[in-house]
Amino acid sequence: MSSKYDVLVIGGGNAALCAAISARRGGASVLVLEGAPKFYRGGNTRHTRNMRCAHDAATEILTGPYTEEEFWEDLLRVTGGKTDEVLARHMIRESKDILNWIVEQGVRWQPSLGGTLSLGRTNSFFLGGGRAMLNALYLTAERLGVDVEYDAEVTDLVIEDGMFLAARLKRPINGETEIRATSLVAAAGGFEANIEWLKQYWGEAADNFLIRGTPYNRGSVLKMLLDKGVQEVGDPTQCHAVAIDARAPKFDGGIITRHDSVVFGIVVNKHSQRFYDEGEDIWPKRYAIWGRLVAAQPDQIAYIIFDSTVVTSFMPTLFPPIAGQTVAELAGKLELDPVALEKTITEFNAAVRPGTFDHTVLDDCVTEGITPAKTHWARRIETPPYLAYPVRPGITFTYLGTRVNKESRMLMADGRPSANMFAAGEIMAGNVLGKGYAAGMGMTIGSVFGRIAGREAAKHARN
Amino acid sequence: MHGTRILDEADRLMTVCNSCRYCEGLCAVFPAMEMRRAFSDGDLNYLANLCHSCGACYVDCQFSPPHEFNVNVPRTLAVARAESYAAYAWPQALSGAFTRNGLVISIVAALSMAAFILGFVALNDRAVLFGVHTGPGAFYRLLPHNAMAALFSAAFLYAIFALVMSVRAFWRDIGTPIGGRADGGSIFQAIRDAGELRYLHGGGVGCYNEDEKPTDRRKLYHHLTFYGFLLCFAATSVATLYHYLLAREAPYPWWDLPVVLGTLGGIGLIVGPIGLFIAKSRRAPELLDAQRYGMDVGFIAMLFLTGLTGMLLLLLRETAAMGPLLALHLGAVFALFITMPYGKFVHGIYRFAALVRYAQERRGEAGS
Ligand SMILES: Cc1cc2nc3c(=O)[nH]c(=O)nc-3n(C[C@H](O)[C@H](O)[C@H](O)COP(=O)(O)OP(=O)(O)OC[C@H]3O[C@@H](n4cnc5c(N)ncnc54)[C@H](O)[C@@H]3O)c2cc1C
Ligand code: SF4
Ligand code: SF4
Repeated sequence: MSSKYDVLVIGGGNAALCAAISARRGGASVLVLEGAPKFYRGGNTRHTRNMRCAHDAATEILTGPYTEEEFWEDLLRVTGGKTDEVLARHMIRESKDILNWIVEQGVRWQPSLGGTLSLGRTNSFFLGGGRAMLNALYLTAERLGVDVEYDAEVTDLVIEDGMFLAARLKRPINGETEIRATSLVAAAGGFEANIEWLKQYWGEAADNFLIRGTPYNRGSVLKMLLDKGVQEVGDPTQCHAVAIDARAPKFDGGIITRHDSVVFGIVVNKHSQRFYDEGEDIWPKRYAIWGRLVAAQPDQIAYIIFDSTVVTSFMPTLFPPIAGQTVAELAGKLELDPVALEKTITEFNAAVRPGTFDHTVLDDCVTEGITPAKTHWARRIETPPYLAYPVRPGITFTYLGTRVNKESRMLMADGRPSANMFAAGEIMAGNVLGKGYAAGMGMTIGSVFGRIAGREAAKHARN
Repeated sequence: MHGTRILDEADRLMTVCNSCRYCEGLCAVFPAMEMRRAFSDGDLNYLANLCHSCGACYVDCQFSPPHEFNVNVPRTLAVARAESYAAYAWPQALSGAFTRNGLVISIVAALSMAAFILGFVALNDRAVLFGVHTGPGAFYRLLPHNAMAALFSAAFLYAIFALVMSVRAFWRDIGTPIGGRADGGSIFQAIRDAGELRYLHGGGVGCYNEDEKPTDRRKLYHHLTFYGFLLCFAATSVATLYHYLLAREAPYPWWDLPVVLGTLGGIGLIVGPIGLFIAKSRRAPELLDAQRYGMDVGFIAMLFLTGLTGMLLLLLRETAAMGPLLALHLGAVFALFITMPYGKFVHGIYRFAALVRYAQERRGEAGS
C-alpha cells in the first residue's frame, strides 16, 4: 500500500467499485477501503439482482424500449415529485450508457427467465446475481491496479473547510492508521443497519425492524460528513421497506425472506384486524408499500392469511406457512385471539363479490361493505388448511444522505461545492429518491454516480 | 424426511434456492429445480447429477458460509451425487464398493495386472515373454487372440450390463411418468450438452477453482480425458473390425488408423488425468466432497495407468519390454472395465441420463 493515493474510495459495494474503476481508468492511483471482511464485501450490493436503465430499443436481454421520458415518469410517480429533477434527468440519461459500460467492466447479464418479476423490459438482470456482479467488478479493479483493503472501517475523516485531507481507520490486525489522498469518494451506504440511529426517527418501533441487507452499513461515514459541514438531503424517515417474514434473521436475510402473497389473502394485525386494501396495486408498487404499513401497526407485526387454494400461485418461500385445519387452530398458533380472527375472516368472506380472478391485471374481484375494502383479487378464504405468514418491516436502505451536484461533488451546508469530496450510491440516494422506490434504481444510482464520482475525483487529483 | 442426511440438506438448500433463484442463469440445476416445489429423493438425485460442480453458485451466492444460511450447493450436490451412485448400483450387494473406492480400485487393478503377468508367465516360457516379437500377430504369441477376446468381452459385457441396470434404476426414480421413455430429440440435445460440457462453465466465464477467479482449466482437462478415452475405445473397435473383417492382425504400423487413434487417445489419457488431479488438489476445499477423494483419484489413476501403459507399449513394442508391458496394459484395461460400474466412471452415465431428462422437461415446458 503506497502512502498517499490520488483517490480514496470508502465503501466496497457497487458505487464504490464503479468509482474506483472509473478513477483508475482516468489515470489515478486508487485505494478502496471496505469496512467488512472479504466475504461480506460489497454491502447491500451482494443482495441485488437487477438494475434499471433507459434504452431506446429492445436488446438481447431486454424485451423492449424504455425511454428516458418513461423512466422519468416512473420516477416521478413513485417519488410523488420528491426528486431533484436536474440530477434525476441527468442520471437517467447516463443510465443508457451504463448498460454497456458495466459490461465492459466484466459484468454479465442474463435474459430474464423468471416469470415472477415482470421486469424484463425495464430492468437488466445480473447473471448469477449481485455477488457475481461484484466479483466481476473486483476482478477488474484488481487487474487495473486498484488497491483494496478489507476489514478497514473508516472511523474518522479529517476535513478542513470543505476539503478532505485524510481518513482514519481501524483495522483488526494493523491497528489505527491515517490515510491521505487528494480526492475522496464516499460510497459507504446508508444507515439502515444502525438501529440506534433509526430510533431517533422511528422511536422504539425500530427495535422490531429487520434489516434485509448488510450489518455493516451503519452510516458512520454519512454521519461524519454531515457533522463536518456537508449539506444534508432527504427525509430521515424515508427508506425502502418491504414486509418480510418475521422469522428472518435480524440482518442480512436478503431477498429470500420477502413475501408477495398479500394479494392472495388478507393481512391482519396483532388484534386480528385488517388495516389496508390488500388489492390496491400490482407488483412492484404493492411490494414497496407493505413495509411501511406494517411498521405503523402495533408491535410492528402483521399476518398474511390465505387458504390452501392459492399456495402455488406465488413464489416458493423460504419459511413454510404456518397452518391450521380451522381458523381457530391457526389463530392459536399465531397467538391471535381466535374469536376476533374468525370474525374478521367471516366478515371478509361475506363481503366478497363474484368476479373473474386474474392476478396479472387489476381484476374485478372486489369486496362490498367492509372497511378497508379489498379492491381487486378478493376471494373467500374458506378451504382448509388455513395458512399464514407472520411479517415485519424489512428495511432495505435509507434515503437521508449528502447533497451532490451533477459532478457527484458534495455540496457544503453553505451551498458551495466541496473542493475534493464526491459521493455515490446509497449515501446520496436521497438526492433522487425523496420517497418511494422503483425496482432496480439502487444500482442505477450507484453505477451512474459512482462512475461520475470516480472520473471527477481522478480529474481533480491529477490536475 | 428423506432417505439420508445429505438429501435432507439438499432439500433445505433447494428450498432456499427456489425462493431466491439468482443462479437460474448459471446451469441446468436451477431451472430444473424451479419446475418443482417439493423434492422427492429421485428429484434430488436428478438435480445432484445435473450439477457439473463448476462452483459458480457457491462463489456467487450471498448466503454461502460464513453466512448463517450456510448455502453450499456444489458440495452438497457432490455428496448427494456420490451417494446416488451407490443407491442405484447393480447388484446392490456391491454398492459398498463406492465408499471404499480408492482401496477397491487399487486392489482390483493390482490383482488384474498381477494375474495377467502371471498368466503370461504360465502360458509362455521366459524366452517368449522377454523375447522380441514383431510383425502381425506379435501380441498373440503371448496371449492367443481368442483368449484375449473372450476375457475382455466378458468383462466388458458385465460392465455394460451392470451399468444398464444401475442407470435404469436411476432413470425410473427421476423420470416422470415413472419409467417414461426418452425421445430422440432429448437424447440428441443431451449428447450435445455432455459433449461440450455445457454446464461446466460457471455461467460462461469458466470453472471456479481455488478462488473467485474462474478459469477453463478443468473443462480442458476433462475434455482431454473424455475424448482420450473415446479415441482409445475407437482404436480398439477399429482394431477388432480389422481383425475379424479384414483379417489384419495387430500390432499395426504407426500410420494405421487404430494406432493413430490410440496414440491421440493415449496422450489425452495421460495429460487429462494429470491435469484433473492437479486441479483437484488445488481446488478450494469447501467445494469438494472430501470423503469421496479416493473414488475420484482412483478413477483418474486408472485412466492414467491405461493411457500410460498403452503409450509405453506403443513406444517399446519392438523391444524385449513388450511382453511385460502388454501384460500390464491388459491388466489395467481389465481392471478399468470391471470397476467401471462401481466407481467414478458412472458419473458420466448418470449425468447423461439427467441431461436427457432435463432436455425432455424443457421440451415439455416449451410445448405446454
Ligand atoms: C435484499 C436486497 C435486495 C436488493 N435488490 C436490489 C436490486 O435488485 N436492484 C437494485 O437496484 N437495488 C437493490 N437493492 C438495493 C441496493 O442493494 C443498494 O441500493 C445498493 O447496493 C447500494 O450500493 P452502494 O454501493 O451505495 O452500497 P453498498 O453496496 O451497501 O456498499 C456500502 C459499503 O460500504 C461499506 N462501509 C460502510 N461503512 C463503512 C465504513 N465506515 N468504512 C468502510 N466501509 C464502510 C460497507 O461494508 C459496504 O461494503 C437491494 C437491497 C437489498 C437489501
Ligand atoms: S446458490 Fe445462493 S444465490 Fe444461488 S440460487 Fe441458491 S441461494 Fe440463491
Ligand atoms: S453446475 Fe455449477 S452452478 Fe450449477 S449447481 Fe453445480 S456448481 Fe452450481
